[in-house]
This record gives sequence, structure tokens and C-alpha cells, in this order.
Amino acid sequence: MEQLTLETMIAVFEEIFGRALFWGMVAVAVVVTVAYLYVLIRDREMSMKKFLLAQLSMPFGAIAAVLFVQAMTNSHFRDLGGPIDVVVLLGVAAMGAAGAAILVYTAQSLFRKTPD
Amino acid sequence: MNQFNELSASRRGFLGLVAGGLAIAATTPAKAARIKTKAKIVMIGAGAAGTALVNRLVDRLDGAEITILDPRVDHLYQPGLTLVAAGLKPAEYTQSKTTDWLPKGITHFPEAVAAVDPTAKTVSTASGQTLSYDFLILAPGLVLDHDAIEGFSLDLIGTNGIGALYAGPDAAARTWTAAQKFTEEGGVGIFTRPITEMKCAGAPLKHAFLIDDIAKRTAGPGKHDMHYAAHDHTLFGVPIVSEKVRMLFLDRGITPHYSHVLKAIEPGAKRATFATPAGDVEMPYDYLHVIPPQRAPDFVRESGLSWVDKWVGQDWAEVNMQTLRHLRFPEIFALGDVAGVPKGKTAASVKFQVPVVEDHLVAAIQGNEGTATYGGYTSCPMITRVGRAMLVEFDYNNNLVPSFPGIIAPLEELWISWLMKEVALKATYNAMLRGKA
Repeated sequence: MEQLTLETMIAVFEEIFGRALFWGMVAVAVVVTVAYLYVLIRDREMSMKKFLLAQLSMPFGAIAAVLFVQAMTNSHFRDLGGPIDVVVLLGVAAMGAAGAAILVYTAQSLFRKTPD
Repeated sequence: MNQFNELSASRRGFLGLVAGGLAIAATTPAKAARIKTKAKIVMIGAGAAGTALVNRLVDRLDGAEITILDPRVDHLYQPGLTLVAAGLKPAEYTQSKTTDWLPKGITHFPEAVAAVDPTAKTVSTASGQTLSYDFLILAPGLVLDHDAIEGFSLDLIGTNGIGALYAGPDAAARTWTAAQKFTEEGGVGIFTRPITEMKCAGAPLKHAFLIDDIAKRTAGPGKHDMHYAAHDHTLFGVPIVSEKVRMLFLDRGITPHYSHVLKAIEPGAKRATFATPAGDVEMPYDYLHVIPPQRAPDFVRESGLSWVDKWVGQDWAEVNMQTLRHLRFPEIFALGDVAGVPKGKTAASVKFQVPVVEDHLVAAIQGNEGTATYGGYTSCPMITRVGRAMLVEFDYNNNLVPSFPGIIAPLEELWISWLMKEVALKATYNAMLRGKA
């Protein structure tokens, strides 16, 4: 890579997913994150009850993200060849876990009435 | 537990924060000022190199008269052909339209070049039109000389156990038809490469590694007898990579045959003849991968633009290794496959060559000398099986020049390098075509 700038990275991601899908995913990620911050500030607290369910969803998010990436790239666990591969795998899993947790927490806060 | 109770943020404050973030994200870096010019630039070839360069030139030059000549309707993403020939991607994966990538404000002539007159500074096209130029960019790619292999013809690809993935998307798909049969039934597989300079010298190895891996997982180990015919005493032009490939071949049970150059095939008898220092050698095969000798298009030699004392018979354009500027005609540049430089017939090389030619061309238009240099950078995500690759990057001096030192080891078979080839490479390539990478 000669010039690894933000502009290049955005161009690359646009090409991977297509411009519409990429910006659609960015929009979804932004909306979910904003909604998450919104409910945190609105409620002025983190509900541990909601957070428990969110935490329970994390392993599923992690596994789903890893299997999704493997299915999209003709890969398997046997292909891990070095430390960086384990880092990438854990990174994908962590993103899946965090994404699932944020999504589940936000969905509960927005759509489910919980007794105080 | 309720630490967020301490927060005093209001909803208005929160919205302000979001708006501020979006405003920062929308700010783009400033671009270099465009240069006003009336220069007439003719570009021969709208492949990877020509397209990437023209998209950058229209951003740099204001008022230049740019004409690009290329009769090819389809643009080929050639790095994808190895994946098509292993059944991992469909042929369409490599295909798009030439015109999809060309910018507005230039003239596209869908015609081949008949000749260049570098003294009169004119280009004549196949239909007899003549275009004059102030600067000429040679990026026509190269010619696959299939006729040089006796007994071989393009219609044989996919039949009689014959593959030839370089010949295009359809040929790559038919190569997989033949290779797939071999992976299922077993037998003797022979993988070749030409004696000439070639596009991506890693591709013959990738094909051998991929078919070996798929074969072992399809019919099981022990049913395939794999052979690799190298054109000289090495397996790859960079010594340290050649040694690594030798060890991988040992590990996979692929037998190397050094100084074996394919010269003829008998499709009916499934027999290949190789020229070797000890005379011709015949080898029987069940699957044979053919890569023909490669050379510059005829007009390069006929127009007196080729090297005379180097690569005799291959006719690559006589350019300075560092600047890609023609050694006898300074208003001519050559980049991509046609450039007569020791390495660099890959898309990754093009990515590094384009900014160099851009720099020298724009400087020349302003009456200055450019300063950018091309050090021979070439990159090859050397696939060693489905799911793993080595990210091999090197320069003119056979030094490894890793992009991610300490993170992605160049001679290690890694999943991340495979991910780069499988996911990020085409995206990077397309971004390059648009002049963005």
C-alpha cells in the first residue's frame, strides 16, 4: 500500500460492498450508536437488567460474525497461520459481540417497557 | 452502578455533539491546484495502467486534450483469473466495461494502434486516422503468444486436460473445468511457465498450489502426482521467495523440474514436450497448465520504441527503470506490462508506477523535471492453498519490502494475506482505477 489514507480506505470499502450498501451499513451503525448514546443519556443510567440480556447476546454475535466472515471468504479455522490471524479472528469476534450487545441493549431500551 | 446519573448532558448538547461530529467527517482533505495547459496527450491502452493514470490526470490538468485509444470493450480484473481457474469465483468476477472506468472530458477512441511515429509525434490507428501528440503514454499491455506452443490452440482449453488461465475470463473458467476433473479423478498434473518475462510470475505457482490443495481435499491425498516445470534454475525471480516456494513444494509433494520450457503438446496422447539443456524431454500428463511466451504488441517494435539489446524478441519499451520515461524520446512514457523494466508486470506495480509517470508528465508540461521514482515495487499475494497466502512484496534489488512489517510476515502462510487477496484486493484495484489509491 502506498497511500493508506482515510480517503483510500473509504474508497476501498465502497468497492468491497458497493457504494450504497457500504454507506447504508455506515448509516445503520451510526443510527444504532446514536440511539444507544441517546437512551443512555435519556435514561441517565445503565439498566443492568437490560445489560444482562445484552451480555448474553454477545457470544452469539461473536460466533455469527466469525462464521459470516469465513463463509464470505472461503475460509476455515484451519487457515489460521500466525499470531496476526488470531488477532484478526478475535477482532472480528469482538466486533460481532460488541455490535450484538449494543443492538440488543438499544432495542430493549427503545421498544420494551421495563418496570423501574 | 448509576454513574450516568452524574452526567449533566442535555439532549440539545447531545445533538450538538452529533452535528459537530458529522461536520468533521464531511471535511475532505484539500487537493493540489489544477494546472492549466493545452497539452495534447495520447494514451495507448485503457487497461489497469492507462485507466488509473487518466483518472489522475483529469484531476491534475485543466484544459489538456487527452485521447485514450483502446479497442477492448471489456476491462479485465486480471488478478482474479487465478481464483476463477480454481472454481472460487465466476468468470464475471473479472469482467467490467472499459468505458465504466473512464472519466468525462476525455476522448475515447475504441481503436487499435497501427503505428507510432516518435519523430513526427503522431499515432496512426487501425482505421487509418492520425493523431498528433505532445506527450504519449504507452500502456497497451502485452501479447500472449499461444502459437509459440506447438499443438496448442485456444479452443483446446478445458478439453483433454488442458488449462490456460491467462487467456481471459472464459478461458479461466474452462481451465477450471479441466482442473476440476483432474482434482476428482487424480493422475499426473504438470504446471508450466514461459521463458519470457511474464505477467505476475506468482500466478503459475498459485495455480499449482490451489489445484494441489483442492485435489487433496476432493479425491484425497496420494491420488495426484504434481509437477512444476520452471523455466530456469529457480522457482521465483526473488531468491528468498524461491527458497520458500521450494520448501513449500517439498511439504506439499510437488516435484520441481528446473529448466523445463514447454514447447509442444499432443492433446490426443496427453503428452507434453519440454526444451531442456539436455535436449527435449517428453512428459505424460492428465492435467497440463499452459502459460504461453509473452511479448510487447508488434507496433512497439515496428515503431522503434523497443529495447534492441535487452529482452530480444520480447520487444518491451525502452524506458528508464526509475522514471519510466523513454530513453530516446522524452515525451514518451511506458507503464504496465509493456514497460521494459526488470520487474513489475502486476497491478500492484502499476499502482506504484502511475504516480511516478503522473509526476514526471505534469512536471514536463510545466517545463520542469519530476522527482518521483519507481523502485521496482511488485507485490504478489502468493496463494499457497485455499484460505492461506503469503504477502510477498519486493523491489528491483530482490529486497523484500513489506507494507506491514512486524504485523504481516512476508514469508509466512497467513489467513490475513488470503483475506487481502480475496476481499480487499479487487476493491483496492478498483479504487486504483478511479485514481483514488
